[in-house]
Amino acid sequence: MSSTAHSVVEPSVTSKRIAATIVVAYAVITMIPLIWIVLTSFKSPPDSISYPPKIVFQPTLEGYCNLFTTRTRQTAEYITSLGAPTSTCDEITRSRNMVIAGPSNYWPRFQNSLVIAFGSTFLAVSLGTLAAYGFSRFKVPLAEDLLFFILSTRMMPPIAVAIPIYLMYRQLGLSDTALGMILLYTAVNVSLAVWLLKGFIDEIPREYEEAAMIDGYTRMQAFFKVVLPQATTGIAATAIFCLIFAWNEYAFAVLLTSGAAQTAPPFIPTIIGEGGQDWPAVAAGTTIFVVPILVFTILLRKQLLRGITFGAVRK
Amino acid sequence: MRRFKTQVKSVTDTSSTILGEAVARATPAPIASRIRGLSDRSMAWLFITPAIALLLAVNIFPLIWAIYLSFTNFRANRPNAALESVGLSNYNRVLNDPNIWQAMQTTAHFVFWTILLQTLIGFSLAYLIDRKFRGHAFWTTIILVPMMLSPAVVGNFWRFLYQPQIGLFNHIVSFLTGIPPSSFEMLGSVRLSPWAIIIVDTWMWTPYVMLICLAGLRSIPDYIYEAAEVDRASLWRQFWSITLPMALPFIMLAVLFRGIENFKMFDMVTLLTGGGPGSTTEVASITLKREAFESWRTGRASAFAIILFVAVFGLANIYVKALNKVKQR
Repeated sequence: MSSTAHSVVEPSVTSKRIAATIVVAYAVITMIPLIWIVLTSFKSPPDSISYPPKIVFQPTLEGYCNLFTTRTRQTAEYITSLGAPTSTCDEITRSRNMVIAGPSNYWPRFQNSLVIAFGSTFLAVSLGTLAAYGFSRFKVPLAEDLLFFILSTRMMPPIAVAIPIYLMYRQLGLSDTALGMILLYTAVNVSLAVWLLKGFIDEIPREYEEAAMIDGYTRMQAFFKVVLPQATTGIAATAIFCLIFAWNEYAFAVLLTSGAAQTAPPFIPTIIGEGGQDWPAVAAGTTIFVVPILVFTILLRKQLLRGITFGAVRK
Repeated sequence: MRRFKTQVKSVTDTSSTILGEAVARATPAPIASRIRGLSDRSMAWLFITPAIALLLAVNIFPLIWAIYLSFTNFRANRPNAALESVGLSNYNRVLNDPNIWQAMQTTAHFVFWTILLQTLIGFSLAYLIDRKFRGHAFWTTIILVPMMLSPAVVGNFWRFLYQPQIGLFNHIVSFLTGIPPSSFEMLGSVRLSPWAIIIVDTWMWTPYVMLICLAGLRSIPDYIYEAAEVDRASLWRQFWSITLPMALPFIMLAVLFRGIENFKMFDMVTLLTGGGPGSTTEVASITLKREAFESWRTGRASAFAIILFVAVFGLANIYVKALNKVKQR
């Protein structure tokens, strides 16, 4: 591409520099809250609420210890009578005149998040792949309307859907169960899965299947042996989007679960220390919860645009 | 209980047979006859039915139930009380309730400001990233991180950043402007709390708009700019008559998605302010939650939910028509 130095087609060095400066500045500002979360998770409770906020501090694992344990206050005599501390956390807790009473609910809640997110993702992607193939390859009557109907299920505020779901689950004994949450998240995600995967499958030339069928495959075999391997990237990207939704969801979780099946997002804000929220523990819980998402974001870079626009915009 | 199950079953059964027969009619004979094993017809319905059935059971059936409840005086905390049909009185009450109009106004205020800010900042960033300076891919990924996080978890943490004495936000503002950090409360004051939410929402969702705008800018072919160069059009002129009009459908699409999402705004607001102080930041979803799960007026809450859905659905439809017009230009 040949053009003058000042052409828009190939921006000049100066304009690139200015652009880079502004974008990098914005990126740095945008990261401050996230960096602050990670920093706070390594602070002691007094350091986390110091005035002014501390940027330089003595890092400690207290936040992480407090996140995973419940503690009781004890007299100094009792603590000295205990003998040597059994772990780093034990030591930190004792230095605050407390002893570890037992595990906190964070780990069970985190496990619920894992089970519900992976369960609903698996179901949504399975159902979504089948339906997307159906819409892509067969003449389905009212296909346009059906697809739009599938999309419109996303326009309801979650609370509005939650009212009848709450009543229905109470009747069926599904409230506060992992199965109930998996079914609900599957239903929410299936619309995204169908739209995205239809786009991916539309891009696989039909000639592949037709050639396979001429070679004696049934259509079913052609679907499993030809189309599915071709759609792997699309299926993986769709799965990650479904996973992120289920991982982050709060409204349904807070209304339909209370204990047994509660996920991490409704739980994290309830982590209380002495006199209000235990911010280092909250930050530790948030950090652990956010790390998988960071990994996914990096993995999804190329497919992100498609995912957030229901396949409407493809690079 | 059993009656409900058979209801759902019959609904899905009838729909699938209708679907199956219509597919059969629609599938051309030569293909259908050429294949052994499953016919195209049975396969199409076998593939599509499960997803549709699930949506019917978990989305549409509850919606129909909500429509039914909206005409009754049902209260979810008294499930055994006798149900009375109250006609349109729930709708009447909702539409004449000043609190609900207040909540709608608050929601509209948020939708307007968040979309305006996110579109301006998002488009500008996209325009700059499109200069393709060195490392732009890396920095773009960094900028995208906030929108991947859980709004609830993020909202909860921003509450900490907004603390007047110990929060980082006040100290940064004070560092930049010289206002003492303990002299203002972002979440506690009636004047500032809406802006506290708009700031977090903008921080979180600007990358979303940016990404879609970037796709729009990249879809403009270089030869158009080259032609403009030949015609000696100024950069200013190129921007207004090429860049903006051609990226407009993309900007509109971003606005559509953000508009729908922000109409439903719940997680972040709940954890930042819970609708307070007073009801300054009480958006529609929070009013709905209070009506349904605190006052337990299920019937009235259902009516409000239906009204909200119809409003969003109607507005989205009108908007999509406009979007298609812009696309066809």
